[in-house]
Amino acid sequence: MSHTPILELHEISKAYMNRQILSGLSYTLVAGEYVAIMGDSGVGKSTLLNLIAGLDIPDSGEIRVSGVGLSADDDMATGLRRKYLGFIFQAFHVLPHLTLLQNVSLPLLLNGLPLDRAPIMLAAVGLQGREQDFPYQLSGGELQRVAIARALVHRPRLILADEPTGNLDPDTAQEILQLIRAEIKANDASAIIVTHSHTAAATADKILMLNRYGLTSAIAGNPE
Amino acid sequence: MNLGVLPRWLLLGEWRAHRLQGVVAVLAIMLGVALGFSVHLINTAAVSEFSAATKSLSGTSDLTLHAVQPAFDESLYPKVVQYDGVAQASPVLEIIAGVPAKSGETRNPVLKILGLDTFRAAAITPDLLGTPADDRLFDTLADDAIFLSPAAMEWLDVQEGDALQLNMGTKTVTLRVAGGLVRAHAGQRIAVMDIGAAQWHFDHIGLLSRIELKLHQGINHAAFKKVLGKELGSSYLLTESKDQDARVRNMSRAYRVNLNILALVALFTGAFLIFSGQVLSTIRRRPQFALLRVLGMTRHQLLRQLLLEGGLLGTVGSLLGVALGYLLAAMALHFYGADLGAGFFPELEPSLPFSPMATVLFCILGISVTVLGSLAPAWEAAHAHLAPALKSGSEYSALTALRFPRLAGLCLLVGVIFTQLPPVFELPVFGYLAIVLLLIGGMVALPSLSGLFFSALLRVIDTRKGILRTLILTRLSNASSLAAIALGGVLASFSLMVAMAIMVASFRLSVDNWLTQILPADLYLRTIARQDMRGFTPDEQQIIAAHPDIERIDFMRSIQIILDPARPAVTLIARPIDRHHPGNTLPIVQDALLPGDIPSDVIPIWVSEAMVDLYAFKPGEHVVLPFFDPSRQFVVAGVWRDYGRQFGAIQIQLSDYRKLTGDNHVSDAALWIKTGASTELTISALKNLPFGDMLEISRPNQIREIMLTLFDRSFAVTYLLELIAVGVGLLGVAASFSAQTLTRIKEFGMLRHIGLSRQQIHRMLMLEGGLLAGFGIAIGFIFGVGISLILIFVVNPQSFHWTMQLHIPWIWLLLMALAMLSTAALTALVASRHAVSGDVIRAVREDW
Repeated sequence: MSHTPILELHEISKAYMNRQILSGLSYTLVAGEYVAIMGDSGVGKSTLLNLIAGLDIPDSGEIRVSGVGLSADDDMATGLRRKYLGFIFQAFHVLPHLTLLQNVSLPLLLNGLPLDRAPIMLAAVGLQGREQDFPYQLSGGELQRVAIARALVHRPRLILADEPTGNLDPDTAQEILQLIRAEIKANDASAIIVTHSHTAAATADKILMLNRYGLTSAIAGNPE
Repeated sequence: MNLGVLPRWLLLGEWRAHRLQGVVAVLAIMLGVALGFSVHLINTAAVSEFSAATKSLSGTSDLTLHAVQPAFDESLYPKVVQYDGVAQASPVLEIIAGVPAKSGETRNPVLKILGLDTFRAAAITPDLLGTPADDRLFDTLADDAIFLSPAAMEWLDVQEGDALQLNMGTKTVTLRVAGGLVRAHAGQRIAVMDIGAAQWHFDHIGLLSRIELKLHQGINHAAFKKVLGKELGSSYLLTESKDQDARVRNMSRAYRVNLNILALVALFTGAFLIFSGQVLSTIRRRPQFALLRVLGMTRHQLLRQLLLEGGLLGTVGSLLGVALGYLLAAMALHFYGADLGAGFFPELEPSLPFSPMATVLFCILGISVTVLGSLAPAWEAAHAHLAPALKSGSEYSALTALRFPRLAGLCLLVGVIFTQLPPVFELPVFGYLAIVLLLIGGMVALPSLSGLFFSALLRVIDTRKGILRTLILTRLSNASSLAAIALGGVLASFSLMVAMAIMVASFRLSVDNWLTQILPADLYLRTIARQDMRGFTPDEQQIIAAHPDIERIDFMRSIQIILDPARPAVTLIARPIDRHHPGNTLPIVQDALLPGDIPSDVIPIWVSEAMVDLYAFKPGEHVVLPFFDPSRQFVVAGVWRDYGRQFGAIQIQLSDYRKLTGDNHVSDAALWIKTGASTELTISALKNLPFGDMLEISRPNQIREIMLTLFDRSFAVTYLLELIAVGVGLLGVAASFSAQTLTRIKEFGMLRHIGLSRQQIHRMLMLEGGLLAGFGIAIGFIFGVGISLILIFVVNPQSFHWTMQLHIPWIWLLLMALAMLSTAALTALVASRHAVSGDVIRAVREDW
């Protein structure tokens, strides 16, 4: 793990409907770091993730991804997201009318990269031979494997995962968490995982608690 | 490198999954384009053919000299021949003669005969020269010979050497078919004979219809026209072929434009279908688009993707549409000819033109309409807030973004202003735009209107008594935008149905009332050869009037006069008119001048509504009619309604006409039978007159029946086009109901989980569909009445120059409303069966 900052949050504030969600939040994530963020419901975990992804704009403060500052310009934020970020969602969000291979190829196509890494990633998440299957033929755990392969296929610097095991049974969830960690490390990416689950958080290198004081270190995760 | 792959995958994926929606959209555009294109092709073919046929009669002439009245003295001919600049001149006498009716024909057909000077015509209209038999070369000059075009020979079923019987007024003329007109325009029914023989046989001694002129090379046509025109005076007209072309086009322009607009209505409803389909489709896929945006697809790329999706549907629909349009036009021309019911292009056999420009234009129109229909939903999807869009239930915010109450108000306001604007190039352009704005305004206002209505209903109705009632009303009230999308199809279809029904019913009733007013006599008499100049001679008039059972007889003279070379002829009708109460004779629509208001040296005339619009003949105005002595002053004493002559008619006292012209012939007679006398006996007595066989005797109810049949026939195409537009609208209702149930599959799954049976969900959807359709029908009725008012009081007067009284056919409208309501409820039921037939467990588990 180098100490190159991959994500810099500086004095971030965000309010919704006169309710202050985040206030002066600062944090720096270094390359190769895998961090879990926990906190009560409504404390602003998803809001923070949306701000980092450029899906929302902070009221004040600055966010830098790989040294590039996020701005209100949509095209710039989209470009940054496309190149540097990978996403894993609780609700899988796999396009239902595309095959698994096509789903995993999406980031490669959007980045103009060769498609040959897509079957490799599908194989890496244990779905070898299922390339031409459609999402309706898969179980929840398998769908999340597709989402993981898609999040990592274009070698993003930072993975953002929002409750990735929220829809899965405990055994499958454990399996998926191990896979996420393994693949993140194998692809030399950094990651932020937002979760309510202590088991999920425990797979991270570091666990942070989000509360009204900002991000505070809780307990060590899985430094490996 | 892979930029084309993603759009292809996304397109194919979507179409594979929702084939039916794609097919419905393609069908709608295809029908819209096909209708518009086929009507355009038929009209173009008819006008070109009519124009070419007319031109063929003038051959290579540079100018045509004719009088404002149908015929003029032949003494003008030698003067014109010697006029400086004239190289060749060919005199022509044009006769319309009656031919015996075949069995089954209700009216006696007519044949156009051209009397030509063979030697003169050879230089200007060589195609109109007859081809005699090899051993009878002088037949072209024979006084009993007539030459027929191939189409006329086939139509009359005669061959060379046969005798042909023709009627002129009460006179019968028998001629010998001496040969053909081999170079006559294809399909044109025409006959040619020697001009002297024609003058003699048809009682036109010393008269000509026109003189075709060929000028010396280098002569400036405009300057020549000006000089000769000045010398000849206002009783004569000099026209070039382009004037004739303009006249031909003007004659049917309003009708053609109206038909084209009506055909495009189907395309408009198709565009709405695309809009509602795309809205529902983008709502359903909202989280998918959000994901693509999260993964790095730019707004521009997403917008392009969705427009491409709509554009491709439009391209396929348009290409199929132009192909179908060609096919429909070819079939219509083959089976029904070019006349689309209005009688403008009778007896034409045009061929279908291939017009690359029109084909491309209609393709572009279809694609543009589709892309426009996709624009708003695509724009919304591309600009959606990503974080909320990823979650399900965000569709309501999407629909809020598509609410534009101010735009609705603006459309309605501008539409109302447009109804007050005058026509553009004699076409009700602003009237049509007002209708479009009214429809768009209505559609845009629907979400707000339905929200208001169902919220009010929710407050009034006790929802504690039934789960279904609660579910239906709360959804319609709280998700009125989504509901309004299905309503749009109902609004578009029903408002068009209402508008057309009210307009046609008003028109029909007005025509019926008008017929009652203009047919007060017991019997009407005319010669079987329509449009002829001879009619009844003074002696024949005396014989008819002398019949003892006739109490009163009004003779009428009717001739065609040209007031403007670029417009079709105006009909001049001379008849006895009650000077003190002209309303007793004419269907007066504007206050008439009383005899005391008319100076003694001025002759009163009564003009039809078209004369006011086309020639600015306003009541009280003094006008000059070039047909009569130019020094004579006429005053417009009143305006009357005329549904029979779209291009204008003037009525004058028969006594004034006779004094001014010396013409004592008449064309028609109205007969009142003495009380107690038998109409049947009078008819048979008239038939027993020496010229009885040449009489066409009609009772008012027979004329009325024929007129109303013609009316219905002329509206048959209108009904057909309207029916197809309504069909497309209903297709839209079906598509949007089915697309909506698709977006609600998860909701139905959840309802099944909490204990609702399939039957309950079916009932819920059917009631919901019925309620929505009922509301749509009510709003559609209001907008339909609005559109019908524009059609009746703006479009018709500006297009056809006649007004009509408003009549709402309540029973017919009620029946249509019931049919629409049941169709919509049934569609909702069918869609619900499809939606609830799936796996309940999977429905709630699906994350899209």
